[in-house]
Amino acid sequence: MKGIFVILSCWLVGNGLSMLIGGYVSGNIIGMLLLFALLCAGVVKGETVRPAAKFLLGTMALFFIPFGVGLIDSYEVIMDNIVAISVATLVSTFAVIAVVGWVFQLVNRRAQR
Amino acid sequence: MMAIIQSDIFLLALTIGLFLLSGAIFRRLRLMLFHPVLLTAVVIIIFLKLTGIEYSHYKQAVEVLDFALGMSVVALGYLMYEQVAHLRSAAMPILLATIAGCIVGIATVVGIAVAFGLERDIITSIAPKSVTVPIAIAISEPCGGVVAVTSVVVFCTGVLGSLCGVKLLSLCRVTDPMARGFALGAASHGIGTARAIELGAVEGAMSGLAMALTGFGTALLLPLVERYFY
Repeated sequence: MKGIFVILSCWLVGNGLSMLIGGYVSGNIIGMLLLFALLCAGVVKGETVRPAAKFLLGTMALFFIPFGVGLIDSYEVIMDNIVAISVATLVSTFAVIAVVGWVFQLVNRRAQR
Repeated sequence: MMAIIQSDIFLLALTIGLFLLSGAIFRRLRLMLFHPVLLTAVVIIIFLKLTGIEYSHYKQAVEVLDFALGMSVVALGYLMYEQVAHLRSAAMPILLATIAGCIVGIATVVGIAVAFGLERDIITSIAPKSVTVPIAIAISEPCGGVVAVTSVVVFCTGVLGSLCGVKLLSLCRVTDPMARGFALGAASHGIGTARAIELGAVEGAMSGLAMALTGFGTALLLPLVERYFY
């Protein structure tokens, strides 16, 4: 329960800060960085947030389903451009995975030497 | 009867129930196409079509899931904290991989979309596809994108990365668990992170971090690209 409260508070403050900077970065992302900072600074204890965080992270995939169902509404626009959208999505997703994984591994190896 | 089917409680219970069922099916069969998130979404689409329930009504009924997504993005801060030792040791790779991820992610999508001659609003809609839904929408909408298209493309990117990411990484000989987690999060945001958490705590934390940093980077970069490059 305390964990939920801490997470909500971080989100709330994040939203406030997001508004201040004109919504350039969304509130939940700022909230995430805030929670991280509070934990590192020892203001919030790890055990306090742990149960709530573990539950939320364990079920995260579920929360995306409504966006997938959104296909009902955007069906026609997407179908009109299906080939281009599919190719762009497929190539780009694979390119990002490969390049990021490769760059990270390369630099990480050098750094640890 | 219809009143019950249309109620918020029924639609929410249906969504969660189907998700649990799909998860069980997926674990049995391990068939790519039966990814629990994908399977559940397809079954719900069919259900809504059959009953004639509007998407806007469904979306409103399960709004609590949207709320929970916002909370779980914040909760990723905890995951990062658990892995803080790893983060310290890998500041340089994290920085470079994030920059590479943002640039490759935007450049390939926009490049291919322009080559295909897509309309401007569609390009803007799919450009932030590797970023988590709440951020992607926050990027695409003010630039003139179609939110419904953005959310579907982001969703598909997530499922795609979650399904093929691990195999692709092995194919590219990326064996470092930190690099694997980071790549999954950078390319396919929350759905990829859900997959990375299954792989291990290190992968999960790196994935969550990647999702945050690429979201941040893309949010900074995309408005500029939109203005000057297409």
